Amino acid sequence: MEWPALWLSLKLAMLTVLLLLPAALFAGRALAYRRFWGRPLVEALLAVPLVLPPTVVGYYLLVGLGGQSLIGQWVANWSGHTLVFHFSGLVIASIIVNIPFAVQPIQRAFEAIPREVRDAAACCGMSFWRTLLTVELPLAWPGVLTALVLTFAHTLGEFGVVLMVGGSIPGETKTIAIAIYDRVQAFDFDAAGRMSLLLLVFSIAVLALANGLSRRFGRRHGLPEL
Amino acid sequence: MACPSSKLEFAVEQSAPIPISAGIDCESGQLLALVGPSGSGKSTLLRMIAGLSRPQAGRIACGGTVWFDAAKDIFLSPQQRCIGYVPQHYGLFPHMSALDNVRAGLHHLAPAEQLRRAIEWLARVHLDGLEQRRPAELSGGQQQRVAVARALARDPTILLLDEPFSAVDRTTRESLYFELAQLKRELAIPVVMVTHDLNEALLLADQMTLLTIGKTLQSGLPYAVMAQPVNEAAAQQVGIRNIFDGEIASHDAIARLTWLRVGALMLASPLRPRILPGTRIRWVIPNSGVRLRAVGRDYLPISHNRFEVTIQTVLPIGNEVRLTARMDGIDAPLHAQVPIRLADELHLAPGNRTTVVLLEKAVHILPQDCER
Repeated sequence: MEWPALWLSLKLAMLTVLLLLPAALFAGRALAYRRFWGRPLVEALLAVPLVLPPTVVGYYLLVGLGGQSLIGQWVANWSGHTLVFHFSGLVIASIIVNIPFAVQPIQRAFEAIPREVRDAAACCGMSFWRTLLTVELPLAWPGVLTALVLTFAHTLGEFGVVLMVGGSIPGETKTIAIAIYDRVQAFDFDAAGRMSLLLLVFSIAVLALANGLSRRFGRRHGLPEL
Repeated sequence: MACPSSKLEFAVEQSAPIPISAGIDCESGQLLALVGPSGSGKSTLLRMIAGLSRPQAGRIACGGTVWFDAAKDIFLSPQQRCIGYVPQHYGLFPHMSALDNVRAGLHHLAPAEQLRRAIEWLARVHLDGLEQRRPAELSGGQQQRVAVARALARDPTILLLDEPFSAVDRTTRESLYFELAQLKRELAIPVVMVTHDLNEALLLADQMTLLTIGKTLQSGLPYAVMAQPVNEAAAQQVGIRNIFDGEIASHDAIARLTWLRVGALMLASPLRPRILPGTRIRWVIPNSGVRLRAVGRDYLPISHNRFEVTIQTVLPIGNEVRLTARMDGIDAPLHAQVPIRLADELHLAPGNRTTVVLLEKAVHILPQDCER
């Protein structure tokens, strides 16, 4: 078992969730409630990582964040290191790849709140923040939980993009998925098997937990299941 | 935040997304029913009063405060308007108890006062003992009561009810009618209720406004609107099916009658001296003004308007029979409804001849459909 790789994966997943979820919350809400020009295009762009091969996303991130790019040069001048083949680049890549996994469940959850409930909140004199915190978020909670679990689990299992942007630098960019690949390449099937089993059990456990909590919440409040 | 008692003044225009051209007023203590079929824009009007939808042009004021004035670029949000709003499906917060739902509208008060007032209002709508139940654990009627308590607990300037009885069964509806009628007597604010049910409007409303595709067709006392529609569209909306062409023949000021020429017949109607003889008109008669009896058993009232008819169709629906008959000398069919027992007794069957009386008082000339 490569514990540093597991720790790096967990650290990456937690950071991704922490940074992506608040933004996804407001983006998901805006997409659910606001009607604006170009909305279908925005939705399509946010969903692109779902349909593109991870290597293609990884390629564009490599080019977009690399030392030759404006962003890459600016970050290199400012911080002394490039984004690619560095943990910070991995975080950015992970956030971008996980946007649909975070935004879509939250958007669907906000969409599932009846308009009458939001109207009633406004007519009760509730401000935007009071409505968000006391009405919308408690009702959209199963969607937020799903987004959190999907983002976390997907980051743990992400391979193609991580390999393209981060390579396989131990302690820096070598996540557990890369470690499994390396072990298989080295014909160390025992280690690869142990790590794969750990990821499998963990993934099933969190998904089952999230689904269970969502259903329980929905039944309790008479809400449709997401 | 106690709001002063108030009068609603509403006049708005917009072309999109839903065309609206409507003007309504509602005094304090009165219940105004906005009546119209689905898609007539009645819920949109209510949302405009609530501030949930912004019209393109016009003015909305309540209690002396201007809520919307397109010319002066004034638009107050729902939060600034102090309204009580009961949506069609009540819009209760499903994760909160009945008590917390009512308290949600009272956040401007101290917690102890919130609690006191929420408990008081739940008791007032007969929900004491159910304070801790969530909406999913309450019946439709109980949910409606929570929504009404939540709307009224905050002392609103106006109460807005969007089809408040559409989601409850008939028995519950009857008791809720009674409760709303009682509440209305105690409230010194305008109450605007959207409904597509004419009987509901007749039962509860002090004033009634008919709407069609976003336009105000007619406003007035419910009975007056029902019996004296201003044009054919209004007549159809209040369920009058007997709409005919005619011509003013003459006026008889002594008998206080206006004679109408309808095909080959002459028909007496209430005196309308301002419409000149020779004017082409449209006239209507509600079902209550049509009296039908079989020849040979004549208990018909004495009237100028006795005509021979031939029964054409007979359709039993529930306890009633809907029939059409053709009056001699008029092409358009006459519609009537009689209790099923009476239809059997009088042998009302297709092809049979009978006599009909059209009550003079009920004959109504559509003022907006008179030829200029």
